[in-house]
Amino acid sequence: MTTFDDRSGPGAAVRLALAAVRDPELDEPITDLGFVTAVTVNAGHAEVRLRLPTYFCAPNFAYLMVADARDAVLAVPGIELADIVLEEHFAAAEINAGVRAGSFGSAFGAEAGAGELAELRRNFQRKAHTACLERACQELIRKGWTVDELPQAHLDDLAEGERRDSLARRRADIGLSTDDRAVIFVDDDGVPIPAAQAPLRLRFARTVRVSIEGNGHFCRGLLTTRYPESAADQRPARPPDDTELIQIKEVSA
Amino acid sequence: MYVKGDEKYFIVDGHTHFWDASPANQANVHGEQFIDCFYDYHRNLSPESEVWAKDKFQKYTEADIIHDLFEVGYVDKAIFQPTYLRDFYHSGFNTTEQDGELAEKHPGKFIVNGSFDPRDGEQGLEALEELHSRWGLKGLKLYTAEWKGDSRGWKLTDPWAYRYLEKCRELGIVNIHVHKGPTIRPLDRDAFDVKDVDAAASDFTDLTFIVEHAGLPRLEDFCWIATQESNVYAGLAVVMPFIHTRPRYFGQVIGELLYWIGEDKILFGSDYAIWTPKWLIERFVDFQIPEDMQSELGTISPAARHKILGLNAARLYGIDVPAEAAAESLVASAT
Repeated sequence: MTTFDDRSGPGAAVRLALAAVRDPELDEPITDLGFVTAVTVNAGHAEVRLRLPTYFCAPNFAYLMVADARDAVLAVPGIELADIVLEEHFAAAEINAGVRAGSFGSAFGAEAGAGELAELRRNFQRKAHTACLERACQELIRKGWTVDELPQAHLDDLAEGERRDSLARRRADIGLSTDDRAVIFVDDDGVPIPAAQAPLRLRFARTVRVSIEGNGHFCRGLLTTRYPESAADQRPARPPDDTELIQIKEVSA
Repeated sequence: MYVKGDEKYFIVDGHTHFWDASPANQANVHGEQFIDCFYDYHRNLSPESEVWAKDKFQKYTEADIIHDLFEVGYVDKAIFQPTYLRDFYHSGFNTTEQDGELAEKHPGKFIVNGSFDPRDGEQGLEALEELHSRWGLKGLKLYTAEWKGDSRGWKLTDPWAYRYLEKCRELGIVNIHVHKGPTIRPLDRDAFDVKDVDAAASDFTDLTFIVEHAGLPRLEDFCWIATQESNVYAGLAVVMPFIHTRPRYFGQVIGELLYWIGEDKILFGSDYAIWTPKWLIERFVDFQIPEDMQSELGTISPAARHKILGLNAARLYGIDVPAEAAAESLVASAT
C-alpha cells in the first residue's frame, strides 16, 4: 500500500517529482511501475522508499534509479534533505550508502567507475529513443506515410501530444535538436537514415520496442507476484494503440 | 516424443536443472532469496494448475523430474545446465556432479553440461579437463556477469576466457551456452551485453554459442549479432512461458527470432523446474502467430516447430533421432 502522507502539500510535490524518474531500462516512470512504496516529508526532510521486482535486479540499474530519485526530490522547493531507501535488494545497503555519498565507486569498489554508469545510461537512452522513434513512425504510417517517405518526416509532422513529447524528450536526452522542423528519422548520432535503409532500420527499431515493452510486462508481473499489494499502485504503460503492428513489408518499395 | 495428429515431434529440452534449494542447503539469505526469485518467476508465468507448493519447488525429487520430463512431459532427451552457486548453498545449487549422478541412474535420458569461470586461471583449466573426463562434456553453461570477489563479471573475449575456449575446442566441448538474460543473482556490469559473444563466435567458428533467454531484454542486440554469426543460436528458456501469460508478446518474440535468425537456430528449453515442459510443448505445437500480426511477422511452419522443439538441438549435440521424427520424414510429411 502506498502511503503518501500529504496529497496536496510537500508530499504531493515530491510524488510529482518522482513521476519524472524513469526506470532507465524500461523507460517508464517508477511511480507507474509501482516501485515507490512510501513518501514522507517532515520539515524539509523527504524520505522515499523503493521496491523492485526481484532481490537480484541489476544493481547498476538500481543505483541509477535511486540516484535519479534523490536528484529529483532534492530539486523540489523546500526539500533540503532527501533519503531514498531501496529495500529488500541484495545490494540495498551498498546502493543506499553509495547514493548518499554520491559515488557508484564507493558502493561497488574500484571496478565500478562513473564512466561505466554514464555509458550504461547512454545505452539505455539510445534504446529509448529508438523505441520512441518507432512509435512515431507507426503514427505517420497510420496517417498514410510510406516507409520510404519517413526520411522526410519532421517533429511537427506528429500530432501534438504524449507521443511527440516523448520523442522530443528522448531526442534531448541524446543531444539531438527538439526543433519542430528537426528531421526525426535519424540514428543515435543524428545522422539521417537514407530511404534505402528505412525498412531494415524500422524493423530493427520495432525489435527494440518489443524488447523494452516485453521487459516491462515481465518486471510488472514479477513485482505483483513478489508484492501483491503493488498491483494497486501500477498504472498501464502506454495507450493500447501503440501495441498494434504496422506492416513494414507491404508499404515499402 | 509428442504426437499430435499426424505429426511426431522429437523433443529435446535444452535447458533443465536438478537443484537443491532446501532450507537445509541454504548457506545464507542470498540462497533463500535466490530460490524465492525463481519461485516468483514460476508463479508469475505458469498456468495456475501448474504451480507447485514452495517446499516442493525448493527441492523436488528424482521421481518428480523423471515424471515431469519423461513420463508426462514428452521429452526424449534433456540437457542439464548447471548453476553452481556454491556461495549461496552449502553443497551448491545445481552442480555438474548432482546432475551427473542422476544422469547415470537413467542412461540415455540426459546430457550433462559443465561450466567454467576464466577467473579461476590455470587451476580452473585443469578442473575443466577433469570435469570433461568424468562426464564426457559436449556443452557448458557460462555466466559472464557473475560476481566473484571484487570482480563484477568477465567477458568471453578476455584473454583467459580465450584460453578456456581453446581448451573446449581441444576437448571437443562444442556447445557454449551463455546466460545473457534476466539478472537472477548478483549479476550486472551490463549483464545483457552480447558484444563479447559476437567477437568470440567470429574467432571460434568451430564452436556453437547458444545465447540463453535470447538475450532478453535485449532481443535486438542478440538478433543483430546472430544474423552476423552463423554459429550463434537462441535458447528459449524463460521466453517459452510467455506463451501462456502474454501470447501476443510471445508471438512477437518468436516472430522476430524467426525473421532475424531463422528456424534452424532456435532451441526449446523449459528451464525445468521453473517451468514444466508438458504444457509448454502442448501450447507451442498449437501456437500460431496471431492472425493480425502474420502479414508482418509471418507464421510458424510445421517444420519450424519440429526444429525448435528438438531437431536443432539434436544436430548440435549429435543425438540420434528416430526415423519417424527425423528431418527427412518431416520434409515428406510437410508437403
